[in-house]
Amino acid sequence: LAFSKIEHVNSELLALTYGALVTQLLQDIEQVDEVNAKLEKIGYSIGVRLIDEFLAKSGIPSCADFRETAEVIAKVAFKMFLGITADVVNWSDNNEFSLILTENPLAEFVELPENYSGLWYSNLLCGVIRGSLEMLQMKVACYFRRDPLRGDDVTEIRVELKEIMIEQYVDDE
Amino acid sequence: EVAEASFAFLQIELINYLLAQGEDGVRKLDNIGYQMGIRLAERLTRDRPRFADNLEIIKFICKDLWSYLFRKQVDKLQTNHRGVFVLADSNFPWIGSFSSSASSDSVKEAAQDWLVFPCAIIRGALSSFGVPCTVQPDISALPRCWFTVRLTK
Repeated sequence: LAFSKIEHVNSELLALTYGALVTQLLQDIEQVDEVNAKLEKIGYSIGVRLIDEFLAKSGIPSCADFRETAEVIAKVAFKMFLGITADVVNWSDNNEFSLILTENPLAEFVELPENYSGLWYSNLLCGVIRGSLEMLQMKVACYFRRDPLRGDDVTEIRVELKEIMIEQYVDDE
Repeated sequence: EVAEASFAFLQIELINYLLAQGEDGVRKLDNIGYQMGIRLAERLTRDRPRFADNLEIIKFICKDLWSYLFRKQVDKLQTNHRGVFVLADSNFPWIGSFSSSASSDSVKEAAQDWLVFPCAIIRGALSSFGVPCTVQPDISALPRCWFTVRLTK
């Protein structure tokens, strides 16, 4: 798969920076649920801008349906931005699926202390997915189901299509 | 390896989040950069012999650390041989978005805040080699950027 002009950095740099962000949020906010929400929100604002980079560099034409969208996220977007691919599994009604990640560059060298057991460490990813799909008129709910940091065998992110937004045009006449 | 864009987007969010907290956030940003500098220096020097002197350490910063962070080396290194080193980067990538409109003072001030992060990384890396210092950025000619490292020991 060829992308146009993607520059790369060491994944360790991303992991360390992300770790610094999560640590800072835990210090500033304290409530783990609120940290999860804040990470998702930060991811959302990344997603709404990241989608432009994705469309410009990937050369992927628009997807025919949500199944194709899922494959593009798993095989193209994850590859492009995180250097890994995900598997798409557990479809339900053609509008819900799970992404399975066998490795997670954000969570390199991370161990969760017990008092943070309610933390979804990589929740930023859910926000990125929600934000970028919203820019493509797809309203989704996105959340973690499994995370090796919590003792699970793999990372599972659930994505549920809620609504396809119709672009609104203001009619002057 | 991950896309540089992923890191850039994340870095923007981290810095915006902190700078929204004012002075306090600048202090936190400085601390985060400092800790990252220590960790990066430890990782990058794990398999190499000890440095012979301070100049060798500074050269490591200009080549290895710079390549790791910015995918290139420092363009020019100058020193007065009395503990002051000036590292010049002709096109500093982490403030790229400020470069185009850097004529106004307010933009320069904002860019100055952003540079707290890389300056603290450099300071952290040097401190991990037992070289305490201050690092002062100069952005009077963006996108060119000078970093003045003053050893304090």
